[in-house]
Amino acid sequence: MSARTIAAREGAGVVQVDAEVLGNSAVGAYRHLTLVTPGLAEIARPGQFVALAVGDGTSSMLLRRSFSIHRVSPAGTYGATTEIVVAAAGPGTEELTRLEAGASVSVIGPLGKGFPLPSQPVPCILVGGGYGSAPLFWLAEQLRERGCPVEIVLGAATADRLFGVVEARRVADGVTVTTDDGSAGTRGWVSDVLPDLIARTGAGVLYGCGPMGMLRSMSAIASDHGIVAQVAVEEAMACGVGICMTCVMPVADQHGTTKMVRSCLEGPVFRGDRVRWEAFDDGLCRVPADAVGAPKEAR
Amino acid sequence: MTAATPPSSVDMSVDLAGVRLPNPMMTASGCAANGREMHRFIDVAQLGAFVTKSVKAQPVSGRGTPRMAETPSGMLNSIGLQGPGVQAFVEEDLAWLHSIGARVVVSIAGSTASEFAGVARAVVRSRYASAVAAIEVNISCPNVANRGLVFACDPASSHKVMTLVREEVPRGLPMLAKLSPDVTDIVEIADTVLKAGAHGLTMINTTLGVAIDVDRLRPHLIAATGGLSGPAIRPIAVRAVWQVAGAMRAGRIRTAPIVGAGGVRTGRDALELVAAGASAIQVGTAAFNDPTAPERVGRELEALIAERGFTRLSEVTGIAHERFTP
Repeated sequence: MSARTIAAREGAGVVQVDAEVLGNSAVGAYRHLTLVTPGLAEIARPGQFVALAVGDGTSSMLLRRSFSIHRVSPAGTYGATTEIVVAAAGPGTEELTRLEAGASVSVIGPLGKGFPLPSQPVPCILVGGGYGSAPLFWLAEQLRERGCPVEIVLGAATADRLFGVVEARRVADGVTVTTDDGSAGTRGWVSDVLPDLIARTGAGVLYGCGPMGMLRSMSAIASDHGIVAQVAVEEAMACGVGICMTCVMPVADQHGTTKMVRSCLEGPVFRGDRVRWEAFDDGLCRVPADAVGAPKEAR
Repeated sequence: MTAATPPSSVDMSVDLAGVRLPNPMMTASGCAANGREMHRFIDVAQLGAFVTKSVKAQPVSGRGTPRMAETPSGMLNSIGLQGPGVQAFVEEDLAWLHSIGARVVVSIAGSTASEFAGVARAVVRSRYASAVAAIEVNISCPNVANRGLVFACDPASSHKVMTLVREEVPRGLPMLAKLSPDVTDIVEIADTVLKAGAHGLTMINTTLGVAIDVDRLRPHLIAATGGLSGPAIRPIAVRAVWQVAGAMRAGRIRTAPIVGAGGVRTGRDALELVAAGASAIQVGTAAFNDPTAPERVGRELEALIAERGFTRLSEVTGIAHERFTP
């Protein structure tokens, strides 16, 4: 078995490949997968993601599962590889965590818009919740190449649900760890440590990836300090490529107009102060009344 | 790209109520956005036709989320006809589809019969009308704001919509009615819309379902109900096409081309619908799994027809009726 290209149209900026699984190893509560993905790794940027199919064309699970790209190696020993971190959350992701070396898996990517990088060498704080930290190490390297000092904050419920603590120490100027139960680092949430860290480092940008609640609180903290948060959201997606319209969320544009935008195309990275966080509650997201085309109350 | 299939001798062209399509493959409305996104994977201008998301007169935000739930061999959706409104659709989406040379089936929707007509008018009078191969009238979306109002479940309502739209559609431009499987007698609805002037039928739209989130013990979707699609509903689609094509062949209702939709993932699936009576095929939910599916299914279908010794797709349309002895 080796990787096979299914679609790679010129100028598309995205490919569909039947990737070969090169490796699958345990990292804490997660699995770290390395995939041979010709044509994908070469064009990917931090913050972009890939969409994996579960099983083959006969699987009863039709919807793709999306994962943030952890890293890419455009010219590895086995060709271009893409690495992702998978958590078993249901039968589909469970099946993906069991992929063995040599197996084939359909991969589409790179998808979405990556993290925008600052034009000036400003201090940055990168915040990861659980395995949401996956794309941050690659991002940290690119930021430091631009002369930005980088702090990484990793938070999780428990120590085994942290991802990349060792790697963070390698790519960042400083690392802070928080766990809800205190089993590693500071007991509490990332939002508990952020204000002091911003004050101490003079950070100009926060980057985040993780659960929506965490992104919401870090966006609020960024606004309090007059700085920008760039957050990679987690939204349920059926396709990942912009054709199903299921991963929408209310986001305001630069003119303040709120639309229900596809997080797979216009995101997954959004400016934290543009996301209408108040629309999210108890696992639901309601359309804000002022959104374009919102249902009329009179109906 | 994948290796090109050897040229086959099968004539895959379709006569869709007077409009010639080079092949039977279409996207299904609401399953391919408006073309640009899928064009990154396949050349949508090579499809028999590209079917747009249903467009209404004004912009529609659609529903909140969750809008989607995965189900065995399928999914539920309650998007709520999100769209930019017909003016932006024409200026941005139809303009782009026209620019790449796609044949477009514009799916139109409305909350009232006159809204349907107004949307049709805006499309056929636009400067990109030459790209429009047909109008598909979505009288069967289960996710409209007023749940009690699925036009296709009521003969009188569907007749009114088709009559008003027909007045706007120029001669020679086919008007397809998209039908819901959630009716007592789909043949009766087919008869009604054909009498009102529909030149063809698209069958089927999604069928209504509910998924319960067993952790929160409440409906998974914010709208509670959603349309079920995917391979899970294929037998329902084949049955609908079978019943309506059978009624046409028996002379009980007017004869018109049928566009088969519902659960098509492979060439074999498409062939089932063709043999049951479909002249053309739409691929919907399968594209979420494989964005190349509309093109791939066409290649697979052609190979299957060639393997079975036929030289024209039209020879296979409805053949299961000839080979069935009650």
